[in-house]
Amino acid sequence: MRDAAFWSLSVLLLGAAAAVVTARSLIRAAFALAGSLLATAALYLLLTSPLLAAVQVLLYTGGVLTLVVFALVVAGANEPAARFRKPLPAGMLALAVFAALASAIGTLPAGPGVGGLESGRDVGLALFGDYLVPFELLSVLLLAAVFGALLLARRERAS
Amino acid sequence: MTAPALLLVASALFSIGLFGVLARRHAIAVLLSIELMFNAVNLAVVTVAWSRGWLAGVVLALFGIAITVAEIAVGLALVLLASRMPGRVLLDELSELDG
Repeated sequence: MRDAAFWSLSVLLLGAAAAVVTARSLIRAAFALAGSLLATAALYLLLTSPLLAAVQVLLYTGGVLTLVVFALVVAGANEPAARFRKPLPAGMLALAVFAALASAIGTLPAGPGVGGLESGRDVGLALFGDYLVPFELLSVLLLAAVFGALLLARRERAS
Repeated sequence: MTAPALLLVASALFSIGLFGVLARRHAIAVLLSIELMFNAVNLAVVTVAWSRGWLAGVVLALFGIAITVAEIAVGLALVLLASRMPGRVLLDELSELDG
């Protein structure tokens, strides 16, 4: 049952990813990206991490999809006549990177792992315990990103 | 469902995203492909955390998601800025960014 779910989710994930990079319409690419992010969230559920799956759906999928669709509406989704620029070397390089990663994975020790993660309570305790300083630094980063995005949009409007 | 199989899926996802970053011409399509690559890295981190029982991997993935969302906000603001330029949002025509 778990294996069947894993393989069907993997096929869904990779198919949606292929649709993202090949779709002619950018709106379709954005929704294919949402599909692949949702498939990843389901994989997180299989990996016994429901908190991460919830964050992936709410923050990542919702936030990214909203931002991208908004940008497409404002910037105009004018697709160029040619989608790709030099697709053959890019595809060969991507295949080479995949081959290198796969051969590195082949050398991993095949011993059985622990195969389980803790609940959301432990993640919260770790975030506000051991990782409190990076957590607070992250809020500074988010503030900087918001100010940066506002500044860029504002300068464009003034000129 | 084993950790190497999941890592293979994550590598395939990363390679697909890399192809998109290298080959697509529209800036928003490149940003979407970068999201795919980030997602693959997060999946690999969570896979290793799951197979070893390391809670720190989940915390790292949470930080990664937050940083990615901040990055795409700034990236899309840059795309909006570029969409007012004569070169529009095709990356191979945006070759005069020297101010």
